[in-house]
Amino acid sequence: MRAQREIVDRVPPRRQMDWDIRGALNFIFGGAGGGLLAATACAQPLGVDLRAPVALGLALVGAGLFSVWLKIGRPWRALWVFRRPSTSWMTREALLAPPIFLSGALAFFWQSAPALYVAGLLGLAFVYAQGRILKANIGIPAWRRWSCVALIVATGLTEGFGILCLAAPVWPSLLSLAYPLAALVAVRFLVWRYYRGDLRRTGAPDGTLRSLDEFEFRFVLIGHASAAVLAIAGAYASLPALVAAGAGLAVLAGALFKYTLVCRAAFTQGFALPRTPSRGRGAPGVGVQPGWRQGQGR
Amino acid sequence: MNKRYAMAIDLRRCVGCQTCTAACKSANATPPGVQWRRVLDLETGEFPDVRRTFMPVACMHCANPPCMHVCPTTATKQREDGLVTIDYDICIGCANCVMACPYDARSIEHLPHYAYGEPMKSETARFDAGRLGVATKCTFCKERIDQAAITGQIPGVDPEVTPACVNSCISGAMHFGDVNDANSNISRLLADTESFRMHEELGTDPSVYYIWDGGDQ
Repeated sequence: MRAQREIVDRVPPRRQMDWDIRGALNFIFGGAGGGLLAATACAQPLGVDLRAPVALGLALVGAGLFSVWLKIGRPWRALWVFRRPSTSWMTREALLAPPIFLSGALAFFWQSAPALYVAGLLGLAFVYAQGRILKANIGIPAWRRWSCVALIVATGLTEGFGILCLAAPVWPSLLSLAYPLAALVAVRFLVWRYYRGDLRRTGAPDGTLRSLDEFEFRFVLIGHASAAVLAIAGAYASLPALVAAGAGLAVLAGALFKYTLVCRAAFTQGFALPRTPSRGRGAPGVGVQPGWRQGQGR
Repeated sequence: MNKRYAMAIDLRRCVGCQTCTAACKSANATPPGVQWRRVLDLETGEFPDVRRTFMPVACMHCANPPCMHVCPTTATKQREDGLVTIDYDICIGCANCVMACPYDARSIEHLPHYAYGEPMKSETARFDAGRLGVATKCTFCKERIDQAAITGQIPGVDPEVTPACVNSCISGAMHFGDVNDANSNISRLLADTESFRMHEELGTDPSVYYIWDGGDQ
């Protein structure tokens, strides 16, 4: 016998279609750029000329914002985005951009260490704001949780250190950053595991869980296990190319993760019928929540 | 106390005729593919105990609207009477509100769409370019409700100032009124029946109640 319901007219959760790759690129570029600024600030004591990564970090943040500008329905009204700092994390993300570019420019042109630290902090705040944008969108169960914010921040920092380590073949003094990169990859793996458990505990749309299941093996094997092994082996053996390879995998995995989170695993809440109504002499019955895998409890 | 307009939908009475869907499209001239109101069709149970339930859905005009909180432009606002509105002149179409709404109530159309490709006279007459590239949704027919302040009529009682979907309901399943007025039709109906609100656990405090038992059918 066929159980459950006939699906008519978008009853179960559906994959969101309003944020396409342009929306995802805001998180991919912006998160990597903010993380790179934070990582560059951490690398300041190494005494390397860090102007290039600062410029790249600013370019990535700018590219992310440009991507989202391409996506919005009324691009020439974009400056209205600053109007609700009281509650909107999208406004707060936008408000962070000017001081990021200002402090980044000071760090680039005057090689000012304090400006670089400020840019690093603001970059980290930018990544955090992106996590909070997702969390505030409670219509998407895959996003509306603190573990998602933690994952976005961990991914941004990992990408930032990863991009810096990509330069290790050019600047061997950056080799020592392979160890914090490996540590961040481990942290991201732990947060990812917690996030997946969080979804299972609280319940999530079938489509979300399926999309993440399909992605998990590659993400863990390539973006974590391989990346960490290559980074540590490269640093231990003083082989910058190995470190760069590991860093590249960690960065690529971060970008793919954000694409998956925004474009593939983002299913809507769908609808629920907690009780079926009484009709005539028929008593009320049990309800249904189509397309939803119930949580397993805490 | 401020008014808080709400809707009560008696699931026992809804027959899934989609007249409310059609009335909404007629009243608001929404393009093909955009439904500010629609009726879900749910089958539950297993043979031979199978049930079919029809559930009209639209914007729930939440008292704690997540769409408003995330809106970066202040285009989405909440009126004192509880209606959640969108200012098409301010909205930038970022779709953040679309993601924040757990009721799938908002749409963004970037290009004009017509029923048969080329616009008919009626579509041309009612086309509103201001609605392109911005978020749109059910307004609870706010122009009618605003009219009540001028005429002294009562939304939910007088059809002229009641949402089109409620007026159109052939089975009397849909009710509208001020839930902060203990003597309103809707308040008495809700006091006399068993109801739930969709996804209450998300803290949105929605203004649409679904009646499933109690009172007189």
